[in-house]
Amino acid sequence: MSIYLDKNSKVIVQGITGAEGSYHTERMLAYGTAIVGGVTPGKGGQQSKHGLPVFDTVRDAVAATGATHTCIFVPPPFAADALFEAHDAGIELAVCITEGVPVDDMLKVVGTTHGMRIIGPNCPGLISPGRASIGIMPGHVFKEGNVGLISRSGTLTYEVVDGLTRAGLGQSTCVGIGGDPIIGTTFVDCLRAFKNDPQTEAIVVCGEIGGSDEEDAAAFAAEHLRDVPVVAFIGGRNAPPGKSLGHAGAIISGSFGTAASKIAAFEAAGIPVAERPSDIPRLLSERMAAFA
Amino acid sequence: MPDSPNLARMNLMEYQGKELFRRSGIPVPRSQHALTPEDVAAFVASTPGEWVVKAQVLMGGRGKAGKIKFATSADEGRTVAREILATPMPPNRQNPKGEPINSLLVEEKLAIRTEAYCAIAIDRAAKKPVIMVSRFGGMDIEEVSEKHPESIAKFYVDTAIGYSPFIGRELAFRAQLDPGYRRQLPGILGSLYEMFFRYGAKLVEINPLALTADGDVVASDAKVELDDDALFRTPEFKEWHKTLPLDEDETLASNAGLGIRNFRRFPGNVGTLANGAGLAMATMDAVSNAGGAIANFLDVGGGANAERVRNCYELVVNSTGATAFFINIFGGITRGDEVARGIVQAMAETTSRKIPLVIRLTGTNEEEGRRILAEAGMQPVETMDEGAREAVRLANAASAK
Repeated sequence: MSIYLDKNSKVIVQGITGAEGSYHTERMLAYGTAIVGGVTPGKGGQQSKHGLPVFDTVRDAVAATGATHTCIFVPPPFAADALFEAHDAGIELAVCITEGVPVDDMLKVVGTTHGMRIIGPNCPGLISPGRASIGIMPGHVFKEGNVGLISRSGTLTYEVVDGLTRAGLGQSTCVGIGGDPIIGTTFVDCLRAFKNDPQTEAIVVCGEIGGSDEEDAAAFAAEHLRDVPVVAFIGGRNAPPGKSLGHAGAIISGSFGTAASKIAAFEAAGIPVAERPSDIPRLLSERMAAFA
Repeated sequence: MPDSPNLARMNLMEYQGKELFRRSGIPVPRSQHALTPEDVAAFVASTPGEWVVKAQVLMGGRGKAGKIKFATSADEGRTVAREILATPMPPNRQNPKGEPINSLLVEEKLAIRTEAYCAIAIDRAAKKPVIMVSRFGGMDIEEVSEKHPESIAKFYVDTAIGYSPFIGRELAFRAQLDPGYRRQLPGILGSLYEMFFRYGAKLVEINPLALTADGDVVASDAKVELDDDALFRTPEFKEWHKTLPLDEDETLASNAGLGIRNFRRFPGNVGTLANGAGLAMATMDAVSNAGGAIANFLDVGGGANAERVRNCYELVVNSTGATAFFINIFGGITRGDEVARGIVQAMAETTSRKIPLVIRLTGTNEEEGRRILAEAGMQPVETMDEGAREAVRLANAASAK
């Protein structure tokens, strides 16, 4: 098993005929993802260049294909609308790749789309290695295995996964939850799902400065994941207060959201925090050996 | 997704925030925005009364700094305006650089009975807008939350339902506001909530929210932070974008074609560049772990082509104290050979001063990428840690010369 996504998950792409949507649809198909169609308003009835049916609305796409998952590649002003449409059509899981979605739009989306899991926005997506990928992650870096990984960023995820894969530690599912202040799925949501996933035997949490998602994850792990090896990494130890670094959500406000606070929270929960990404495979192997 | 560089920062000045309040139906004192002492004198002459002249800056602490003064005649208006404009806002704890004063707000002096505080902000953990009310108005809210945390009444709004007047009534009671606020607060908070979403705010704050001797509730100050990502909704504020200065780092980033969040300077001598915000932060940390001092944060974004790399190299060399430059690329979608060609071409084209480069290139097509770099006489390294150590060594050697 894996979490949120497996090879039978039927996926549509909102924005399939746009440059980004089309390019990444091709890559997702090549990885083996069950993409069953796409949506571009006004192009319903046509075929995408990949030979997939294009629909005018998500409702039409779901009715014709039975899709349960969607991957959203639409410009920021239309992202919230795309999420509302997916929810209305009964989609179970939506990955929103779009960067730059207004944060007040996301407040409305997360407050109203109950029952639909949202990954992102401003995220690289999720991948269950060897089975399926939704988003923009480079599939060849990943390897099927038993480590669950959650991260707020894209390339740092690939960096960490590359290290795990080279060390022979494959992954069950990797989720890039996104770098924005308001996101659909948090670290705690993913930890809860990993806890119930028989394939996942160990977990890596890659956090960064800003917000309190890492502190919440540490508290959850202390209570519910006592029997699971977990290792954390926190990016931005040298970040200054008051200024976002790259991600809109990576910002220290006063004494809130610092790397020190997050590291302390994980350590208090008995979870080792890697000083460098390259330390993660070794720390994780040690934890796994200790728990075996 | 392609980067969407943010070319403006929208923390509004008081006069701009009050203009939004006015449009949203929130009571504000009569006022006039003024650029010169003569403007102030002319306005006071044409509208006799008691006026307050306030410096228009983003930082707080204007009263303490003598940048809020009173005038009852044209002459007095001219004099106090000159005094306020004569010197910039001095540095304080909140803003160690101070801030230039470019304009003034002339505002009706209120007969104030008491002052309160209200605001709407975003609570990340709750994923909800939070409305906050306190009976301690006119004080720095950070100070209030330190000294009287129990005095701040909060309501987390369910966005599926939205604002309803009971919220304002409840908050007025819970915050133990003067009973004079009770009738008007629910309407004001409703307008504030509507304004928050209409304009795409991250924070709207009224501090103080004055209760006047006549029993009116009036927004005596305005602090509004709009979300850079929501600016497409308010094209009517294009003029304002120009009046709201980016800080120096943001200006440099914007001029180099980067998003304003993607570049930040530090006092050290090791320049850094990485693709992706998370990797760029980890790269800074790696330099620091190797005992080095970071010169900058730089997230080059997705497509690291020659022009992009050249602009970033020149940005770092010309605006920081970097004496060596560490480029850390993980080729995911971005192919290693393309990045390598970009770096080689960028270095051939640049007319800026040359500093030693350390390049770590891994991921898709990494062998081909390293071969291209080696052919051009550049020495790629295998890992981030190794690259950081090498960059620190080269930077310190160059700085010692």
